Amino acid sequence: MSKYYSKEVMDRFMSPKYFGEMKDADAVGLVGNPRCGDEMEVYIKVREGKVESASFRTLGCAAAIATSDVVCEMITGKSLEEAVSITEKEMVDKLKDLPHVKVHCASLALEGVKEAVKKYEGK
Amino acid sequence: MKKIYLDHAATTPVKESVIEEMQPFFSERFGNPSSVHRFGQEAVMAIDKARKKVAHFLGAKEREVVFTSSATEANNLSVLGAAGGGHVVTSSIEHSAVLNPCKMSSGSVTQVPVSSEGVLRVEDVLKEIRSDTTLVSVMYVNNEIGTVQPIAEIGKAIGEINKKRKKKILFHTDAVQAANYLSCDVSELSVDLLTLSGHKIYGPKGVGALYIREGVTVSPVMYGASHERGLHPGTENVPAIVGMGKAVEEIDFRKGEEVKRLRDKVIDEITSSISGVTLNGSREKRIPNNVNLAFEGVEGESLLISLDSEGIAVSTGSACASHSLSPSHVLLAIGLSDRMAHGSLRISLGNETTEEEVDHLISKLPPIIKRLREISGR
Repeated sequence: MSKYYSKEVMDRFMSPKYFGEMKDADAVGLVGNPRCGDEMEVYIKVREGKVESASFRTLGCAAAIATSDVVCEMITGKSLEEAVSITEKEMVDKLKDLPHVKVHCASLALEGVKEAVKKYEGK
Repeated sequence: MKKIYLDHAATTPVKESVIEEMQPFFSERFGNPSSVHRFGQEAVMAIDKARKKVAHFLGAKEREVVFTSSATEANNLSVLGAAGGGHVVTSSIEHSAVLNPCKMSSGSVTQVPVSSEGVLRVEDVLKEIRSDTTLVSVMYVNNEIGTVQPIAEIGKAIGEINKKRKKKILFHTDAVQAANYLSCDVSELSVDLLTLSGHKIYGPKGVGALYIREGVTVSPVMYGASHERGLHPGTENVPAIVGMGKAVEEIDFRKGEEVKRLRDKVIDEITSSISGVTLNGSREKRIPNNVNLAFEGVEGESLLISLDSEGIAVSTGSACASHSLSPSHVLLAIGLSDRMAHGSLRISLGNETTEEEVDHLISKLPPIIKRLREISGR
């Protein structure tokens, strides 16, 4: 097994729980670009100011998929304000560890959440 | 879990016979070749023997071979030590061990583009030659896509141009990825400088060699004592040099036939069992052991990690795992989009690769691609 990623990252990469398009989403945040190799879509369904459910679709490395999955879990049940204030460090802690060069994947996943919330609030 | 190594373009395992040859030179015959006593002279003889083997492989004279600590060092010597600050013509798909010394060179550098097949056109190289050109450096085989460059043709054409020039243009080739399967005869190739690596040919890491045609002046890039004509100052890595000599001696081009058959099986089966896959680089002008495929809707690193979790070791065409986030310069040079470059995988077979191993890869890949495409939604 790869020593490059923590077991937590590998588990989420191999069996993500939150992936898939959400047909009835209230908003979707599209982030990333082909240049850096990662493209993410973060879907949110909002009820009474809280994220009722979240999902993602990610074209990217193992870290991009794992961080997409963990961010969807972390925002579920949170208020929109709480969701957008999650930090990279909190995500890295939850994943136990993330190689330094992959921290930008966590940043991208957070951007995805912020973009989805912005879209929702702009509605 | 069975471990399957399909990353021979990165490095190869050291052969048993090579280890055996090296073994005495660690503790038993450990002398410094600069010493006059018999311990030292034993080491000198061992290096001479290795040099003879490398020279024989290249069709060169022994005094034309210099041992270095890596192919990178040999490439640095060629670009910084032989070009003399003049104009350098090179390709857009060179290894960074040529491109980065070019950046450090005081002279100007022209990178010649390649075709979408990843092969240089001889005339494109020749038209970049100027009156102040001092060096042309073109790799023999590309390390990512395995394409074979027309070295002999370029060498011959430069020879013709040189007939009319007072200051001769030197021709260097980085033959690191070629040596296992293609002739590196320096007369056939008409090269003045040629780089080899120990660890790509089932020899040890930490050793390379540079062929320098007699009469060609190369200046040092590192300074110290007079080891290796002053071009590689520092006590010789005797065991590694001995290992490299043995590894070169044991190169057997006939092994390429079976490797090529397995390579073709990988290409044919994967491109037929999975949709949205294309082969990067020419199929015909290709080294027998290289497969490089672009997969739509997946990213190379996640593919690499998935295969690694199945015990299969391959490499990405993308620089995703390194500090750089930009896609491979080689894949962009052959016209791939950023997305397809990021979705590329290099599978490099070895002389010891078995049909069973190749079949294992062929069966494991489709479900992995399916899963990653579900996650990406593409």
